[in-house]
Amino acid sequence: MSGITQSTALWYASRATGVVSLLLLTGVTLLGVLVNRQGRLPGLPRFVVTGLHRNLSLLAVAFVAIHVLTAVLDPYVTIGLVAIVIPFASPYKPLWLGLGAISLDLVLALILTSLARARLNRRFWRGLHWFAYLAWGSATAHSLTSSTDMHSGVLLYLVIACIAAVAGAVIWRITQAGREVPREERAAATLDMMSPRSVRAPARRGPRENIH
Amino acid sequence: MKDQLRVDPTVCSGHGLCAELLPELITLDEWGYPIVADGPVPRSLDRHVRRAVTDCPVLALKLLPAR
Amino acid sequence: MTFGTTVPHPGQPLTQPGGAGDGLPRLLPARGAVPVDLRTHLGRLGQPPYAGQAGRLIPVLQAAGLTGRGGAAFPVHRKLAAVAKARTQPVVIGNGAESEPASEKDKSLLWISPHLVLDGLQLAAEAVGSDAAGLYLHRHPRLLENLHAAIAERAAAGMDRAGVEIFEAPHRFLAGEESALASRVNGGPAMPRFKPPMVFERGVAGRPTLVHNVETLAHLALIARFGPDWFRAAGTDAEPGSMLCTLHQADGRRDVVETELGTPLRSLLTLDGHTQAVLSGGYHGAWLPAADAARMTLSNADLRPAGAFVGAGVLAALPADRCGIAEAARVARYLALESAGQCGPCFNGLPRMAAAMAEIASPRPDPRAVTDMIRWAGLVQGRGACHHPDGAVRFIRSALHVFRDEITRHGQGRCVDPARRPFLPLPDSTALSAADWS
Repeated sequence: MSGITQSTALWYASRATGVVSLLLLTGVTLLGVLVNRQGRLPGLPRFVVTGLHRNLSLLAVAFVAIHVLTAVLDPYVTIGLVAIVIPFASPYKPLWLGLGAISLDLVLALILTSLARARLNRRFWRGLHWFAYLAWGSATAHSLTSSTDMHSGVLLYLVIACIAAVAGAVIWRITQAGREVPREERAAATLDMMSPRSVRAPARRGPRENIH
Repeated sequence: MKDQLRVDPTVCSGHGLCAELLPELITLDEWGYPIVADGPVPRSLDRHVRRAVTDCPVLALKLLPAR
Repeated sequence: MTFGTTVPHPGQPLTQPGGAGDGLPRLLPARGAVPVDLRTHLGRLGQPPYAGQAGRLIPVLQAAGLTGRGGAAFPVHRKLAAVAKARTQPVVIGNGAESEPASEKDKSLLWISPHLVLDGLQLAAEAVGSDAAGLYLHRHPRLLENLHAAIAERAAAGMDRAGVEIFEAPHRFLAGEESALASRVNGGPAMPRFKPPMVFERGVAGRPTLVHNVETLAHLALIARFGPDWFRAAGTDAEPGSMLCTLHQADGRRDVVETELGTPLRSLLTLDGHTQAVLSGGYHGAWLPAADAARMTLSNADLRPAGAFVGAGVLAALPADRCGIAEAARVARYLALESAGQCGPCFNGLPRMAAAMAEIASPRPDPRAVTDMIRWAGLVQGRGACHHPDGAVRFIRSALHVFRDEITRHGQGRCVDPARRPFLPLPDSTALSAADWS
């Protein structure tokens, strides 16, 4: 195989795994919002949502690793191993690739802290996990700028769908959180819900009908 | 395992995964909150207990040494 | 906003009920509710008898058999021993946050005999090897002012070996709970925490923390001076010593008295035909029919088998012409609204139980209210981070039992007091935001 063909194969591999990585990260982000809101995937047990969230994130890391290594190994452009984790250190397209490095750093931090979750301070883990949105945003920006692949055709629709989905999920999360009763008011809210004669209500009530 | 399974009720927000993963020891009350069986955890359920503890989205389920 | 009644005014006499034990009163001065200043205190009792070494006081307390006067009646020497063997420097806090609306004894004690409490705080601190002490109480401006002054006076006289800081508690029912106390002192809200770790293992600033009711500390200060035999001269063998009680008489009078354990309840409360029932132990306590109470003494030996307990000495006599269920429903509503809102079973169960009580207290109630109540009571018990749901269940269950005839009357559309005049004291504020918990 000639040098140029080999380079092309690596380049295509990097672009393909890049697209898959973005899709996986989008899925992970959406599942994360679903976990937080105690939502379910229709017909499936609750542990599937958390399980899928965790497993897809690990799969995403695998695809990102291939995406990054094939890009670095490709001799056609000079990127350098360091640029994988140090943002803006690449001689080729430093800014756009830098966004990718930021995303990778954050994803690694999120995954490592999540694996060690039981041993970490709860507030610290939670605070760090908020950076997931930044990791996704940075990855999306990196995808749009590092290559023109996603500027037309199916890939354009795909990236628009990803952005719309995450935006929708974030808006949903914010509005739901806005409706939550703060804990200091929960008992009073439950009492208001129970006017004296509503004791006639059925015994089985799901969590949806309660103050959370 | 002489350890005891307990829920931190101040953290638990009623996700309900624990009852799915460990129905032998955990059921949900009518408001979606876990009722955990008393007493030491049987060895045969080790694996399931560990998974339920790890998978709780808020880490409310705890395996504590028996006092 | 009022929380309980104000502290007793100078000159208002405190009654000394009958009881065979002499040497009473111990905690309060013999005459009147006049605050005892430092000079009088030192003149009467001398300097606090420091042992010179940590741990020396503990066997003395064990011999005396002093138990906590905050409600739990836990052996004092065991708590001190557990904290004393800690490897990090412990902290000692006197708990004066009397959150029980029907209880006045801690406020009275702090108002009248602050130096006795502060002596006890110092001696307890020495016993566990601590140099950091604190006093935790609700925001009563005059009382706080007095205590700040008392502490400053002692500091100036060089009496205290441990520094004493005052911590203010919000007016919430749960604020006096041990872990809520630790949370508040640590800068957070006064809400209970999940245990383990216990407060005596890790509490204030992550350090082992000894928390004792202020009355317990007052007794400790006297035992250190007069010895275990003196302490045991009052009370019974199993439950020695004296204690402060808040008495709510059927005629509406409210008194704080000091009496010895084992005193017959009929010498504390007027239990004639005008009284239908007695509440013992406050709003986490239990009701007793007046006839039963008339045969009992102020002791856990008598009260526990009847489902009640001595607790913090709150005794209320409900007049015969009041509706016990309506009374219980008002308290149940208060208890529900005082939930911290942290634990699902509590903030779901207690308001539902309160609503059911309101239903039962109304004419011709839905019979399902009682069945639902029993189910919810079973669901909430033992499933909170603290004992608030358990106490509420105890209170409500005993009301359903003791006032069952009244429930039957309601079923027939009748009530002993259709006007439903309130009797038991309840504050009228409820928490609305996080600021109400700090």
